[in-house]
Amino acid sequence: MLRQSRHVQEYGPTAIIWAAATMVVVPFFWLMGDLLWNGWNHLSLSFLFSAPQNAGREGGIGPILMSTLLVVGVCMGVAVPIGLGTALFLSEYTRQDHALGRLIRASLDVLAGVPSIVFGLFGNALFCQALGLGFSILSGGLTLACMVLPILIRTVEESFRAISRDQRLSAAALGLSTPTTIRTILLPAAIPGLLVGGILGLGRAIAETAALIFTSGYVDRMPESLMDSGRTLAVHIYDLAMNVAGGNPNAYATALVLVGLLLIINLSSSWITTRWTSFNQLPA
Amino acid sequence: MDLIQPTPRITSDSDERAGFRAWLPYPSTEPCCEPVAHIRAENLSIAYQGRQALRNVNLEINRGCITALVGPSGCGKTSFLMTLNRLTDLIPGCQVSGTLHINELNVLAQTTNLLNLRRTVGMIFQKPTVFPFSIRKNLELPLREHGTHDRTVLAATIEHVLQQVGLWQEVKDRLDRPAQGLSGGQQQRLCLARALVLSPDVLMLDEPCSALDPLSSGIIEDLIVSLQGHYTVIIVTHNLAQARRIADHVAFFWSYEGVGKLVEQGSAQQIFESPKEELTAAYISGIRG
Ligand SMILES: Nc1ncnc2c1ncn2[C@@H]1O[C@H](COP(=O)(O)OP(=O)(O)OP(=O)(O)O)[C@@H](O)[C@H]1O
Ligand SMILES: [Mg+2]
Repeated sequence: MLRQSRHVQEYGPTAIIWAAATMVVVPFFWLMGDLLWNGWNHLSLSFLFSAPQNAGREGGIGPILMSTLLVVGVCMGVAVPIGLGTALFLSEYTRQDHALGRLIRASLDVLAGVPSIVFGLFGNALFCQALGLGFSILSGGLTLACMVLPILIRTVEESFRAISRDQRLSAAALGLSTPTTIRTILLPAAIPGLLVGGILGLGRAIAETAALIFTSGYVDRMPESLMDSGRTLAVHIYDLAMNVAGGNPNAYATALVLVGLLLIINLSSSWITTRWTSFNQLPA
Repeated sequence: MDLIQPTPRITSDSDERAGFRAWLPYPSTEPCCEPVAHIRAENLSIAYQGRQALRNVNLEINRGCITALVGPSGCGKTSFLMTLNRLTDLIPGCQVSGTLHINELNVLAQTTNLLNLRRTVGMIFQKPTVFPFSIRKNLELPLREHGTHDRTVLAATIEHVLQQVGLWQEVKDRLDRPAQGLSGGQQQRLCLARALVLSPDVLMLDEPCSALDPLSSGIIEDLIVSLQGHYTVIIVTHNLAQARRIADHVAFFWSYEGVGKLVEQGSAQQIFESPKEELTAAYISGIRG
């Protein structure tokens, strides 16, 4: 009796923790299994490179892959420099209690919680209409940049702040100017954080539909410039699944490609991060 | 300790020598420890967020001497050092008042060129703070920042300072490996070399041995002694035996209800053998603190 209750006391919590962990893993494998089961047969090199036909029921996703890469490229190309600059401004040029800094941080926290559909409407009003960019890859990329900036800035700012006070003080004590300190000491030390922030942003951007429907649009032709409308993978899946009868098989195959891309991005980022940190801790 | 060789001193001011001196870590002056004030603080007070940490310090530090700052934790020794190279500017809410001169330079003036000030006043911290890149780049960075780009000059200076801190034999084959791979004592010597590379006039060391084992600590101590006469050295230490061994002058600080004050200053011999203040006598005999 006593032994039994000891038994429960010891193994009860362990069992609950294991159950919780399993409940997280099971849906992941279920989802991957479902995607593989339904999508694998349709996947081929020609699927990746040919144009969609018959509203996407047949053919491939070549132009859609291209549009996705362009939209995400525009997004990261704009978001990374602006994010880095803002993070530097917040961590190096303003004190933690500075009014402007506080205002920027508060707005970022609000922005991070805004639903993507709102970004879509905002991007449509600002980029497509007010700035006259129309439904285009450029509008879509810029809208996504607005959306990923909050996460990017906060992660990068944290990694700047994590650099020890001693390093900053000894840089200053050697008479290094602020720009030199940033270039040689802060930026390299912040690269893992920048990567993590960038990957989080990239993941969010590549999987986005709502913000893009109103900005980069639906057109599934091969884009000829950034001013063309272009359909991304996530929008393609949405359209096939919701609007095209008999579109499911290709929707599955496209989803498989999308999830595959996400996996590659995540794995390579953790690989780069460990490589980076292990280089810096290499014995001399 | 045969690695620590005194460097030939340059006394002539011919053009050729002056060019040579540009990368020589020792200042051109004759080694000396003379009663010539190099640093003069008058009524120097430091406050953090309005709370005074150090009040009305009047202290003269002589050229070429080793001056030890001693006193219990929190009496403002580090704060004092950080005003000498204006690192206090980096600390939010830190205010410094009074006057402070290094030679003729008014350190606390708005117009003081901070980068030049910090080139002439080097500082070593308690924990070794090597930067996360190669040994060579750690030493090149300050030199490049202050206008030396010639590769042969860079290489010669680096070899020279590493010889000076007795690290050359140990690292000459791995100058391009990350500096964090060095041992704690080696890292601290690298930090010393990195400060010497700029040929400062004043060298401040804030408890440079407290994070090190006795052997590395002894090496650093010998190094500091070898600097005597060439640099004006200010060292903060909690190790009174060490202060007694190496210092020419000693300044004793004490914290009165959280406010640090300079209690007594004098030659090391006077402070340790016939202190004027009872507090000093008590502290050095280990009764308090
Ligand atoms: N950045 C800071 N902000 C607020 N107060 C500070 C700061 N740095 C130091 N102080 C305060 O100033 C006083 C003096 O500190 P300081 O570090 O100069 O002492 P110290 O003599 O170097 O002590 P230790 O021997 O422990 O290094 C302390 O009371 C400390 O709390
Ligand atoms: Mg201190």
